[in-house]
Amino acid sequence: MSAEIAAPRSQRLDPKYTRARKSRGSFEMIAWLFMRLSGVVLVVLIFGHLFTNLLVGGGVKAIDFGFVAGKWADPVWMFWDLAMLWLAMLHGTNGVRTIINDYAEKPATRQWLKGILYVATAAIVILGTMVIFTFDPCIPGSDLLVCK
Amino acid sequence: MSTELPEPASKIELKPGVGGGGEIPQFNITLRVRRYLPETTADAYWEDFELTMYGTDRVLDALHKVKWDIDGSLSFRRSCAHGICGSDAMRINGRNRLACKTLLKDLDHSKPITVEAIKGLPLEKDLIVDMEPFFQSYREIMPFLINKGHEPSTERYQSAEEHSKFEDTTKCILCAACTSSCPVFWTDGQYFGPAAIVNAHRFIFDSRDDAGDMRLEILNDKEGVWRCRTTFNCTEACPRGIQVTQAIAEVKQAILARSI
Repeated sequence: MSAEIAAPRSQRLDPKYTRARKSRGSFEMIAWLFMRLSGVVLVVLIFGHLFTNLLVGGGVKAIDFGFVAGKWADPVWMFWDLAMLWLAMLHGTNGVRTIINDYAEKPATRQWLKGILYVATAAIVILGTMVIFTFDPCIPGSDLLVCK
Repeated sequence: MSTELPEPASKIELKPGVGGGGEIPQFNITLRVRRYLPETTADAYWEDFELTMYGTDRVLDALHKVKWDIDGSLSFRRSCAHGICGSDAMRINGRNRLACKTLLKDLDHSKPITVEAIKGLPLEKDLIVDMEPFFQSYREIMPFLINKGHEPSTERYQSAEEHSKFEDTTKCILCAACTSSCPVFWTDGQYFGPAAIVNAHRFIFDSRDDAGDMRLEILNDKEGVWRCRTTFNCTEACPRGIQVTQAIAEVKQAILARSI
């Protein structure tokens, strides 16, 4: 236990308070702006999605393989779902990145958590995008009209 | 030699019990202070003091009573004791307040009144923290007038409208109540913190100052304004009533407007 008190203005600071060199670019500003803009767009996309899937037509009980196949036959819905996937994933990832930055105290923990987060995000975004673009309604056993 | 003065014509007879100071109410409180004595104990601990205080007393008076009459080892900062110098910011009942501006009569006496040092800065003794990291951030935003032109022979003119843009942020007394109430600053000591941004705001929006862009560039850092989560803790803590969160938002907007 030490009771050493340094002279005032001796420039001793705990390393946790010394800022690393100035960060380049405006990534944090772009991320901040993206959160607000994507949030507004997502409100429209998600409520439009819920409305067409649950309220119009047969409701939740009518959602099956054929319903999805029918929707994705239309390029508008393909683009709609693609935009929703990308915006929701990036919005959510940035939100979790922020939470990790705020709450993880050790730099190593922070790096690990963010690494896992980015890998998971990349996997879901790539997989989802592939499904939207390579979707084939005529899988073996499909009894949809377009396949006959 | 004394002469009897005639009673002034304005004298009004008061009914008994009306006007005058009357007796100041008295009450007993328990002051629970977070003690930390690095010379004798390794860890901080709570210590209770039973005090009889008056209705006109502040938390600072209670601390004085402890230090002067009970335990002289209690350490805290205070200079003017009238809400101007900003030395005695501390956590009172879990909220950052100036001890000299918090009246005991406004607090709940049925429970102990807790007093501890402000959070997020290195604790040195009892209620005293090392303010150096706080002032380091303050210095980095260049809190002084930078003007490129020649020094005028008269004062630098400014309209009332131009002044009103940053009037609120001129009120800062650098007590650190806002920065040490910020949950982002608690875990990330590198964050500039509300106080530095408030003082940058004071010059960024000053029409007489020419270095606004430099300050915006400094605060467009990873640890700058974008770290703010708008929890409003700083606005709630400010003893001067500065709209801190709004000032931070205005700096964010200025950085955005400059970049786009």
